[in-house]
Amino acid sequence: MQPQFLLSLLDGVLGTIVLSVLTFICGGLAGFVVALARISPLRSVSFAAIAYIQVFQGIPLLVQMGLAYFGPILLGFESVPPLAAAALAMSVFASAYLGQIWYGCLISVAKPQWEAAECLGLTRWQRMTRVVLPQAMRIATPPTVGFLVIIVKNTSVSSLVVGYQELTYNAKVINNATFEPFLYFGLAGIFYFLICYPLSVQSRALERKFNVGTR
Amino acid sequence: MSALVKFVDMHKSFGDLEILKGVTFSVERGEVVAIIGQSGSGKSTALRCMDRLETIQGGELWVCGHALHRDDVDLKALRRDVGIVFQSYNLFPHLTAEQNVALAPRLVASKSHAEASDIAQAVLSKVGLAEKRAAYPEQLSGGQQQRVAIARSLAMQPKLMLFDEVTSALDPKLTGEVLRVMERLAADGMTMILVTHEMQFARNVADRVVYMRDGRIHEMGGPEILIKPQTPELADFITHEQ
Amino acid sequence: MAYEFDFQSVLAYAPMFLQGAWTTLILTFWATLAGFVLGTLCAVARTGGPRWLRLLVGGYVEVIRNTPLLIQAYFLIFGLASIGARMPIMLGVVIAMVVNIGSYTTEVMRAGIESIKRGQIEAAECLGLSRAQIFLHVVLRPAMERVYPSLVSLYVLLMLGSSVLSAVGVEELFGVSNRVQSVTYRNFEVFIVLGVIYLAMTLVLRGVFWALGQLIFPRRRRLGTAL
Repeated sequence: MQPQFLLSLLDGVLGTIVLSVLTFICGGLAGFVVALARISPLRSVSFAAIAYIQVFQGIPLLVQMGLAYFGPILLGFESVPPLAAAALAMSVFASAYLGQIWYGCLISVAKPQWEAAECLGLTRWQRMTRVVLPQAMRIATPPTVGFLVIIVKNTSVSSLVVGYQELTYNAKVINNATFEPFLYFGLAGIFYFLICYPLSVQSRALERKFNVGTR
Repeated sequence: MSALVKFVDMHKSFGDLEILKGVTFSVERGEVVAIIGQSGSGKSTALRCMDRLETIQGGELWVCGHALHRDDVDLKALRRDVGIVFQSYNLFPHLTAEQNVALAPRLVASKSHAEASDIAQAVLSKVGLAEKRAAYPEQLSGGQQQRVAIARSLAMQPKLMLFDEVTSALDPKLTGEVLRVMERLAADGMTMILVTHEMQFARNVADRVVYMRDGRIHEMGGPEILIKPQTPELADFITHEQ
Repeated sequence: MAYEFDFQSVLAYAPMFLQGAWTTLILTFWATLAGFVLGTLCAVARTGGPRWLRLLVGGYVEVIRNTPLLIQAYFLIFGLASIGARMPIMLGVVIAMVVNIGSYTTEVMRAGIESIKRGQIEAAECLGLSRAQIFLHVVLRPAMERVYPSLVSLYVLLMLGSSVLSAVGVEELFGVSNRVQSVTYRNFEVFIVLGVIYLAMTLVLRGVFWALGQLIFPRRRRLGTAL
């Protein structure tokens, strides 16, 4: 194996991490808005959140990538950098799932706690920030860490259509030159595993810790 | 030998903890025996040993001719001879009352669907639940579920019925309907061994009462010992149970 | 300047889209069926098998769940081709999907099996049921009933995720759309159409699974509970 190929794979790892982090930040912010919209007392707002979640959970990420890549051109952009298109599609995708996960966490603490807080005379905003959110965040941590694994794995989709140069993309390019699929896709798999496995373990450990805490 | 159950200096331990420290007694065909005692006295363990849900460590235990102290015991034959009912009913939640009862006749006794269904209906009427045969467990009260559990055991026509605190999870109103079914079974001549807290029931229905304490039989005799106990410990126990 | 949508020229290829959608459904059907069997067997091995088997299955599950489907497919399909093991592309893709979905099914079914209470198994033992009968009638059925919604989500996601397998050359829905793009140059419209078709397929698949659930879980039908 030539060292430049290994370097290229490591470069891909960096691309994967950059896209994952961008997705988590943007998708997380958007997902939070989706979760809040979902619990909104306004019918139209919560319905919009439901529709958003259903639509973007019902379309493949790959198709969302295409829309994010070709859509902005219609709005007058000359072209879209692959990273921007990939991050946009991944953020929308992540926000639909995180919105759903966090919504579940919010309502699971909300019911009894809302009522208790209401009796104390706290405003809606105070109830949310002082009572519900701190507890919901605790419950939300294990599934959120678990979802990070899904984000990292799904960055591989951005090697198609938008052609963002991350780990899978580089492995594919190297394979096209060397025809050693077991070696290079195997190595790529190992790198993905090295990123994802610790997150999976962490997610399970948090879940156990949390379950013990509530017993 | 007409004894259906025979304990001979039987020992049972969980690891280092000895639960039964030499139990000897026997139960004749047609007898109804109530085992009473504090929790932790080993009474439930003794009952579970009789259906080989626990293995024993010393002595002998004979149930319906099966030697449970031996390793080569035919479990399948034992379990056709013995029926057991648990405190927590343990009905299969995804099956209707009739399907719960018909399962063993169908799978174990290889009856046809129709035959198994006939058997199920017959035993369900016996426990007064013929009209509930299509109901799922969660649609039944606790007392009804426990009666279905009894019917489920009866469907295999056991020679011996074991009852492990079957009314402990029920409120008094529902307890009555289960006890009445058991009373009728006793009247029909079924051999029954029950671990129970129902002193009244033990006094009325049992032929013999066994008081267990600390893994041993502390006092044993006819139901009159519940009125005139011979040992201060049993007297104390009865006072606290009432 | 305003963009002028042109769905006309894209929709002219409707038969191709339908053909592709059908292929996607066929792939999903076989992968779901075989993946369920594989996952259930692995879940059994993982809950009750000997230590070495538990470790083996655990390793399989962890490796697959922590790597992307696309890498698995490249590794398997291009890898096998590189050592001269040729097979029809449909078969290769189904194998990749089965290996992938089998690991997720294992975890879900394991959770279901572990949720069955000890008392249920004891009661069945005391009725004289054999180990196989207990597993089939007392463990598997209710376990599956309990995790059915999670299984459905897995298999719907599998259908959506199979779109990336166009990259290994299978002509499923996404794969055919590439051809339509290259002749119409109407990329955005093609993706809109794809989105609509996939969304419709998601709804149809959920509906089919719902109906299947009603059929195989009579209690669910009768009580109308989500369990």
